[in-house]
Amino acid sequence: MRYEAIVIGVSSGGLKALRLIFSALPSGFATPIIVVQHIGPRSENSWIKLLNESCIIPIKEADEKEKVATGIYVAPSNYHLLIEKDRTFSLTVDERVNFARPSIDVLFESAAETYKEKLIGIILTGANNDGTKGVKRIKECGGLVIVQNPATAESSYMPASAIAAVQPDHIMELDQIGQLLIKITLSANI
Amino acid sequence: MRKEDSSELEISLLLEAFYHKYGYDFRQYSRAHIRRRIMSRMGLTGISDVALIQSKVLNDQTFAYELLQDLSITVTEMFRDQEFYKSVRKNVIPVLKTYPFIKIWHAGCATGQEAYSVAIILKEEGLYDRTTIYATDFNQQALDRAKEGIFSNAMMEEYALNYQLSGGIASFSDYFTFNYDRGIINQSLKKNIVWANHNLVTDSVFAEMNMIICRNVLIYFDINLQNKVQKLLYESLIPGGILGLGLKESLRFTDYSEKYTELDKKLRLFKKKY
Repeated sequence: MRYEAIVIGVSSGGLKALRLIFSALPSGFATPIIVVQHIGPRSENSWIKLLNESCIIPIKEADEKEKVATGIYVAPSNYHLLIEKDRTFSLTVDERVNFARPSIDVLFESAAETYKEKLIGIILTGANNDGTKGVKRIKECGGLVIVQNPATAESSYMPASAIAAVQPDHIMELDQIGQLLIKITLSANI
Repeated sequence: MRKEDSSELEISLLLEAFYHKYGYDFRQYSRAHIRRRIMSRMGLTGISDVALIQSKVLNDQTFAYELLQDLSITVTEMFRDQEFYKSVRKNVIPVLKTYPFIKIWHAGCATGQEAYSVAIILKEEGLYDRTTIYATDFNQQALDRAKEGIFSNAMMEEYALNYQLSGGIASFSDYFTFNYDRGIINQSLKKNIVWANHNLVTDSVFAEMNMIICRNVLIYFDINLQNKVQKLLYESLIPGGILGLGLKESLRFTDYSEKYTELDKKLRLFKKKY
């Protein structure tokens, strides 16, 4: 099966975790990756620049109405990020969800509705239960769920909450996740 | 046909029903957003079928207005995006100062916080007394709250910080009188604001403005509707008039990107060409 998109949710300690995964990906990695990281409403996006330095694939903030293409997109601070059926991004300023804007659930649920079984959802380190409803929806729609091993995550709460709600397809260490992504997206493209 | 496809169709039918029965048109809104709001209402009411929501909308006006509130986003704050207001002080005020009378339209004002923010800046710049601010929204409930201008102390703390970060140097609390746990905005800031019910999707031009502020409204619209509303905004501005959008909004996908110059590109302030 060919996966159309990968969504990743991460909160505290997220930058390090994302770096580890993204630095493993080769330049030809074709599947779009869409990230929600919990960040403060007043934060600038300097972390995107930091992330860009450790990874070959271009990383940018998702623009509203932009078409989802190859590359890594991150949700802008203070906006929810959603994916439309026509594979474009929408941004909203709706209330915070799980005290977060952007919220992982909002991205994951809309991505699940759009990509159905062709979606991979990944929950990484984090200190609240945002993303739990999102992975549930991904599973209901037939997608694949990967969760970082809570035992070795910087903050175990978010991955543990996801695991309590669904049976993930993979529970693994950060350095294995990049390899797995390469394996499943490559084998699907042959 | 798969179940998901029919639920998509059911949402379209619900929006048709809503429009034809009540005149509110959400048919060209971001569908992912609308779906999310409807699902949340379904979760609250325990109704698991969009078709049942549709029949309830048609037969139960109270329910329909609840759903209308769900679909209308009223999240706002005073001096939201401080850099934007800093730029208004720096780049817009000098332009406004050249006019003997000033008309500003705040389109989609929700509960009014940003309209009051503009009022404060105008006051501090000595322009308030020659300005009329038209603050409009289609959500009457939000407008009624906007008119009151009452904010909780918890909100006030956030707003005071926003105000300072946006370059405000006066004492923010001087603009309010306090009553128990709430701040009420001064009458002197309210007097030149005209609150009116106006729907950007279905209503038309009503005056010629020196400035239009329409922030975080267009992100909810699809490209066709964005274009239609940009036409309305363009036609409502005098030549040289200023348009202020939300920080993630642009004229990029519309027919109007060539019809403005950029007053502040990053902070989304545009000037209509002569």
